[in-house]
Amino acid sequence: MDYLYAFLIGGAICVIAQVLIDKTKLAPAKIVVLFVTMGVLLTSVGVYQPLVEFAGAGATVPITGFGYSLAKGVENAVRQNGWLGIFTGGFTASAGGVAAAVFFGYIFSLISNPKMK
Amino acid sequence: MSINKSNYDEYVKKKTPNSPILKNCIKAFFVGGAICVIGQAITDLCIMLGAGMTEVKIITPIILIFLGSLLTGLGVYDKLGKHAGGGSIIPITGFANSIVSSAMEFKKEGYVMGVGAKMFTIAGPVIVYGVVASMIYGFIYWIVNIVF
Amino acid sequence: MAKKVGDRTLEFSERINVISYGNVVGKFEGEGPLKSCFDIIVNDEYFGEKTYEKAETKMQQTALNSALQKGLLKISDLNLIASGDLLNQCISSSYSVRDNDVPFIGLYGACSTMALSVIVASMSVECGYSQYAAGVTSSHFCSAERQFRQPLEYGGQRTPSAQRTVTASAALIVGKKKTNITVKRIAIGSVIDFLVTDANNMGAAMAPAAVDTVVHYFNDTGTKPQDYDMILSGDLGAVGASIFRDMAAEKGYDMQNIYNDCGLMIFDNKKQDTHAGGSGCGCSGAVLTGYVLPRLASGELKNVLFMSTGALMSTTASQQGESIPAVAHLINFTGE
Repeated sequence: MDYLYAFLIGGAICVIAQVLIDKTKLAPAKIVVLFVTMGVLLTSVGVYQPLVEFAGAGATVPITGFGYSLAKGVENAVRQNGWLGIFTGGFTASAGGVAAAVFFGYIFSLISNPKMK
Repeated sequence: MSINKSNYDEYVKKKTPNSPILKNCIKAFFVGGAICVIGQAITDLCIMLGAGMTEVKIITPIILIFLGSLLTGLGVYDKLGKHAGGGSIIPITGFANSIVSSAMEFKKEGYVMGVGAKMFTIAGPVIVYGVVASMIYGFIYWIVNIVF
Repeated sequence: MAKKVGDRTLEFSERINVISYGNVVGKFEGEGPLKSCFDIIVNDEYFGEKTYEKAETKMQQTALNSALQKGLLKISDLNLIASGDLLNQCISSSYSVRDNDVPFIGLYGACSTMALSVIVASMSVECGYSQYAAGVTSSHFCSAERQFRQPLEYGGQRTPSAQRTVTASAALIVGKKKTNITVKRIAIGSVIDFLVTDANNMGAAMAPAAVDTVVHYFNDTGTKPQDYDMILSGDLGAVGASIFRDMAAEKGYDMQNIYNDCGLMIFDNKKQDTHAGGSGCGCSGAVLTGYVLPRLASGELKNVLFMSTGALMSTTASQQGESIPAVAHLINFTGE
C-alpha cells in the first residue's frame, strides 16, 4: 500500500506542476521555486506532516519535500537552540542533499560533456 | 476585425496551439509517481539493511540525487524531461539535473568561473527561497513557541 | 546609379549580381527535407573544435570558403565582409575574419542577418567601395541554447510554438561581374514591436515586422504577390507564418501558395519534432543559398522575394519584462 500511496501522491504533485507549466507559461525554474516555498508553507500550517506520514516518499521526494525538510529542520533546531536555530536548522537538515548535489555536479562536469540534441 | 497592436495579444493566443495538457499531465503523473516509488523502495531497502530513521532521511535523497546526476551525465535525463515535464522537474532528481547540467554546460568557461559559479544558475533560486521561507517560519515558530 | 523607390525600397537596376554562394549545416539539418541542398553537412557538433563558439566561427569560415571556391575567388579579392550572428558581441563573425585582412562590418540583426548582410554588401558594391563583397551569417543550436535558454542536458519542456535554432552558416558574394542572378531591389525594415513577451513564440513577435516590410515594398514598387514565383520569410515558423498570411491578406495581399517560410522548409516538424520549425540566422541563410539561389541559377525560379526576420530581444531585456521588437529586411532576387 505504501507504494501505491507514494505513486499516487507523488504523481499528483507533479501533475499540479505540469498544469502550471502548460497554463501559466512560467519557466520551470520558477515553478520549482514556488513548490519549495509551498512545501515550507504547508509544513508550517501543519498540512504537510500528515501527507508525509500517509504517502512517504510520495511527499518527500518531490521538491515540496525539500521545503518540508527545511521547515522541519528549523523547527527542531529552534526547539533545541532557541533563536540560533532559525539560522542553523534549514541547512543542517538539508546538508546531505545539497552537498551531494554540489559534489556530483562537480564530478560529472569533470567526466561528462553535454551533447547535441 | 483588423489586427493591430492593441488586440494582437488576444489574436496571437487564438493562433498559438496549446500544449497538449492532458497528454503532458498523464506522462508527468506516471514518471513523477514512478520516481517517488523508487524513492520509497530505497527507503525500505535501507531500513531492511538496518539503517535508522534519521539516516534513511538523509540517505534516500542522496541516492536519488546520485541517480539524477548519473542520468544527466549520461545524457538521458533531458530526454526524460522532454516527455515528463513536471514529472521529472519536481522530484529531487530534477534538482540534481539542474545543477549537473549547468555544471557540465559551463565547464568551457573554466572550473572556477564556469563550473563553480554557474552550477547554481537554475537551482540557486530553489535554495534561496527554501532557506528564506524556512527562516521566516523559524522566526514565527520561535516567537510563538519559545518566547511566549 | 541605384534608384530610391518609394520610402523603403532601393532599386539597383540589375547592376548587382550574385557571384557565388556557399553553406554548411549540422547533422540534424542534414537529416531534414533539404538535405540534398547543402554544400557540406558536418556530423560533429564541435566541428573539431573545443567549444561551440569556436565551432560556429569555423562554420562561417567554411561557408565563406565554399562560396569563394565556387566563384573562383580568393579571400583577397573581397573588398568587404559584412557578417553577423546571434552570440554576444557577434564573436563568431569577428573571430572568423580576424586573419583575413579584409575590411569588415559586424552586423547585429538577429535572425534577419542574412538579408541585412547581403544588403550591406550590395550597397558597398553599388557605391564603388567593393569589387566583390560577401554577406555571411551563422547560428548554432548549442551555442544559442547556452546563451539564450538552458543547458543542453537540462530536462525542460518546450511549448508547441517554440522553434529550434538551426545549426548552419551561409555566405553570399555579390559583385558587378555579370551572372544570371541579380539583386534587383532591397527594402530595409523598421523595428516593429507588437508587445509579444513570450520568448517561446518568436514567430508571433516577428510576423508584424515581416508584414510591415513586405507591404511597404509592394506599395513602393507597385507590385503584388502574384508578380513573384516565390515569397519567403526567414524564420516565422508555423505560428508566425500563419499570422503573416492573415495580416498580409488583411492589407490586401493574398499570398496563396506563393508564400513559404524558411523555418518550415528546413525541418520536417512532425518527424524531427521541431515544434513550430527552425529559427536562427543560419535558417534563412541555408535555405537561401541551398534552395533558392540554385533554382534561380537553373531558371526554375525567376523572381523571388526573400525576407529575413529578426527578433531583437536579449535575455536581460526579457527578464526585465520587456517585449520583443522585431525587424524584417527584404531582397528581390531575379534570375534569367
